[in-house]
Amino acid sequence: MSKLYVARSPRVAARSLGGEMMIMSGRDSTLFTLNETASILWQAADGTTPLEEIVEQKICSEFEVEPSEALQDAETVARELAGHHILQISEQPMPQPSPASGASR
Amino acid sequence: MPELTAEVERLSLTIEIGEMPVRVHTTDPLFLSLLQDRYAGFVSSSERAEIDFDVETTDCSSAVADAPVRVTCQEGRWTLQRGDFLAQWEPARRRGWIRQTANPHSIDAVLRIVHTLVLARQGGFLLHSASAIRNGKAFLFAGVSEAGKTTISRLAPPDVTLLTDEISYVRRQGTGYVAFGTPFTGELAKLGENVSAPVSALYLLAKGRSNRIESVAPADAARSFLGNVLFFAEDEELVQATFHSAFEFVSRVPVFRLTFVPDSRVWELIG
Repeated sequence: MSKLYVARSPRVAARSLGGEMMIMSGRDSTLFTLNETASILWQAADGTTPLEEIVEQKICSEFEVEPSEALQDAETVARELAGHHILQISEQPMPQPSPASGASR
Repeated sequence: MPELTAEVERLSLTIEIGEMPVRVHTTDPLFLSLLQDRYAGFVSSSERAEIDFDVETTDCSSAVADAPVRVTCQEGRWTLQRGDFLAQWEPARRRGWIRQTANPHSIDAVLRIVHTLVLARQGGFLLHSASAIRNGKAFLFAGVSEAGKTTISRLAPPDVTLLTDEISYVRRQGTGYVAFGTPFTGELAKLGENVSAPVSALYLLAKGRSNRIESVAPADAARSFLGNVLFFAEDEELVQATFHSAFEFVSRVPVFRLTFVPDSRVWELIG
């Protein structure tokens, strides 16, 4: 099975406040509030770390969950976020430019 | 031989809201008179204008004011479009034009949109809220339709200066924010006073059985703020700027939930 890579879309604005991660789509101004797991996924989505590794290092270490189950859930979340154009998914690494735009703070 | 053409007199009026003068040019004296009435208190004698708009009034009666607004930017030129108006504005040239029927509602919408675009780049915004000044401090009262913006404005005691009962105008100034009076009215149909004061608090309105003020979690404050901010542009950069402005605002200005019964005692809690 091929690896999956996730990257934050550059076309959004994001902020974490009071433990909540909020993201606004620059495309249609829709506001999203991520739950804890989705927030971890979002923050770790650097385009070069495989999703499997993110799940193993950031999610399984934090929550009592089976790695395979966690990976399946993470894929579902990632695809959902990608459907809203706030996350990018690829089977190839997606090196990200340095965050000069400051879209995510 | 009689003259076949005649010079048409160009009439002008400067409307200054939030310290931003916008000059409107028209050849229609009736429309000018209508604008003078509509923006009484906000007509400026300033020679300087941030933007000059040429307004062409048409007699197209099929115009629909409740059609969706589209605000797009291409090669530095903004196009503002709704059923009842079409406008273009080039910020670099500080000029634009508006084509509309001779009514105040269309130009009102154009002005609101233009102000939101200008403010978005400066950390300011128009907020769907009433606002008022008491003891030198400005208070914003935000809420959706029926939340009580007009009610709380109507209940304001005589020592309160009303800035608007519908759309607040807020500029970033130094480390804080300043609210200005606007001519943008709601059900109260009363123009705000053309004055300003530093913003002291934002209240999220809710009608209830008692008067009370409660703190609001920062994330909830930001969410509510974003739900009430006026923004029309299909422009990623400005969407992002507005998003970050919301967070800046709630990190600098206290936000509370104000539940109130509709009588004047609620003002005992304000100021």
